[in-house]
Amino acid sequence: MALILEKHKMPVQDPEVRAHNFEEVALGYDEETAVAEAERCLHCKVPQCRKGCPVSIDIPTFIGKIKERDFDGAIATIKESNALPAICGRVCPQENQCEKHCILAKRGESVAIGRLERFVADRELAQNKEVKPVERADDAQKVAVIGAGPAGLSCAGDLAKKGYDVTIFEALHKAGGVLSYGIPEFRLPKDTVVKKEIENIEKLGVKIELDSVAGRLYTVDELMQEEGFDAVFIGTGAGLPRFQGIPGESFNGVYSANEFLTRCNLMKAYKFPEYATPIQVGRHVAVVGGGNVAMDAARTALRLGAEKVSIIYRRSEAEIPARAEEVEHAKEEGIDFQLLTNPVEVLGDENGWVKGLRCIRMELGEPDASGRRRPIPIEGSEFDMEMDTVIIAIGTGPNPIIAHTTPGLKTTKRGNIEADEETCATSKEGVFAGGDIVTGAATVILAMGAGRKAAAAIDEYLKSKRK
Amino acid sequence: MFKILRKEEWSPNVYAMDIEAPRVAKKAQAGQFIVLRVNEEGERIPLTIADYDRETGKILIVFQAIGASTMELAALEAGDTILDFVGPLGRPSEIAKLDGTMVVVGGGIGVAPTYPIARAMKEAGNKVIAIMGAKTKDILIMEDEMKAVTDEVLVTTDDGSYGIKGFVTNAVQALVDRGEKIAQITAIGPVIMMKSVADATRDLGIHTVVSLNPIMVDGTGMCGGCRVTVGEETKFACVDGPEFDGHLVDFKGLMSRQRMYRDKEAVEKDHICHIGLGGDK
Repeated sequence: MALILEKHKMPVQDPEVRAHNFEEVALGYDEETAVAEAERCLHCKVPQCRKGCPVSIDIPTFIGKIKERDFDGAIATIKESNALPAICGRVCPQENQCEKHCILAKRGESVAIGRLERFVADRELAQNKEVKPVERADDAQKVAVIGAGPAGLSCAGDLAKKGYDVTIFEALHKAGGVLSYGIPEFRLPKDTVVKKEIENIEKLGVKIELDSVAGRLYTVDELMQEEGFDAVFIGTGAGLPRFQGIPGESFNGVYSANEFLTRCNLMKAYKFPEYATPIQVGRHVAVVGGGNVAMDAARTALRLGAEKVSIIYRRSEAEIPARAEEVEHAKEEGIDFQLLTNPVEVLGDENGWVKGLRCIRMELGEPDASGRRRPIPIEGSEFDMEMDTVIIAIGTGPNPIIAHTTPGLKTTKRGNIEADEETCATSKEGVFAGGDIVTGAATVILAMGAGRKAAAAIDEYLKSKRK
Repeated sequence: MFKILRKEEWSPNVYAMDIEAPRVAKKAQAGQFIVLRVNEEGERIPLTIADYDRETGKILIVFQAIGASTMELAALEAGDTILDFVGPLGRPSEIAKLDGTMVVVGGGIGVAPTYPIARAMKEAGNKVIAIMGAKTKDILIMEDEMKAVTDEVLVTTDDGSYGIKGFVTNAVQALVDRGEKIAQITAIGPVIMMKSVADATRDLGIHTVVSLNPIMVDGTGMCGGCRVTVGEETKFACVDGPEFDGHLVDFKGLMSRQRMYRDKEAVEKDHICHIGLGGDK
């Protein structure tokens, strides 16, 4: 049989239509396309794809089951390693993970592993299957998980499966972390995907306490000494927005991407005034940064009615850290890319509102410590652009509340919690940490991988305490 | 869900509510705030904690029904519930035995959050004087409560209908004139009032603390919507404050940022009235 060197295409909403709505852009495979795509898999004797998956899903087995139309079997295989497959199938940067190592990628396009994972996960969610809670002993040991983002959810799910009594404490009024407040509806539907996947974790017996700000409502020490928790996992993420520190950042109309996306995704400001939270978008919007968060903010601004949205990125297209698919989608929707450009000042009017952005052109120098070529300003190349809204998406740091209120917990100079890479153990006995709070802002799947590792290590630790 | 245990209208459009929130009450301290959301479509709004009772698990909030969300909250009665009630948030006030008199200045409903601060400072062994400002006698709140936890209460009304005629700054000046040795002033109220107090005390060299009320979303440090400039530095009021040194705050910037959604607020209020959520209860 001849090799098919291209992925089966996934239907998407027309760019001109979707630029004005918040519905999901990528529509997913149907059964026939999924089976046909699964048939492209060569079933390598030594599958390389698994190496690229941070949670080591048994990819050849689940794809084999899709070929046989055993879709229930396929999702069961995935769920042995991944608690949130409908989410990962959508938001993982597969081109840098599983699909990067696929043997077909050497000659053409890899097998569409992410799309296949999404297909079987969506099929199962649509069936609203009963999930049986795991049996738990009356005297099961108690584990507290701080933060209901990807790391915390996957850690909690794994621990519940092992029979522990798990409670997640979440600061916001909705679980999901970045899945709920950060990644937009048009990439990751909230009610049909995120909510359902979280409900599945609750069905395993995990309790979720919302509106509970760790470090203020209770400290880590109080959880262990007063509330009877035998171990704690900290998965509070990297949610503290960075600003550039240039003049004019406090003008009205300047947002952090976190605020802009939280208003839109979590508070549903795109449905204002049916929902009470307002959002302010002008005619011309600048988004500073080149990551996934920048793409999400830019595409959100477009859907909120901006006439022109410009991405301002200081390096060239080759260095853009966002997923290739999202950059492509952004371009199709008409997002303007100002590359090798960096803001130096936000310009405001006499009433304190943004009216423009002063930028400088950049050129690339030698590679820096990260291996990427360092951007250098070109002297005298400053120019002004008219803007009414500026969204800063240059990254986030760790929220300091937990570190400040937990004596004996070691942190790095940047404020991240120090934890063992393999066991997620911190400097404090019984306290584990993983995800962005340890690594700095990374991906959903890496956070989930850390949550799984931590669950295994917490299991070992609590077993040894029982003896 | 959080139950409203008691609701009183203290003056036109000013309401006090006891909310059943035992976990928050257990940890609340003077100077902190909560964020609440009335219902699923609601926005998150910050309100300063006006009192807490660890025994009965109650938190007192005092608010003015001025916008769509506060109007919706005001439409609820004792026995009703609100969906989300998050806290305690922000850093607590610094409570210590001072070398001199502690003065709390409250303007309008800003009197309410000065109450737990006055009480804690009194309990720490300080001489505490409260200055309470109101437009007119009818809208003065918490006078008896404040008298019970302080050594002296001075009331000012803009129209002279009660107490000293004039503004809170007149009362501050009166204390200075009589030779009161003031170690610290904590002022809470409308931005313009806090700015006037800070301006008045700057030359006098009196340490002045203000509690800022910028627009907030999450209240936990993740969005920066509440950022304010304090002594050239950008601070997030929800995690670095809400209290700051009044002599270092950029009040002009704060006032400007508070106006960011003015046009949207008008739309929202109209929307609420239109669909009858606000006033028909």
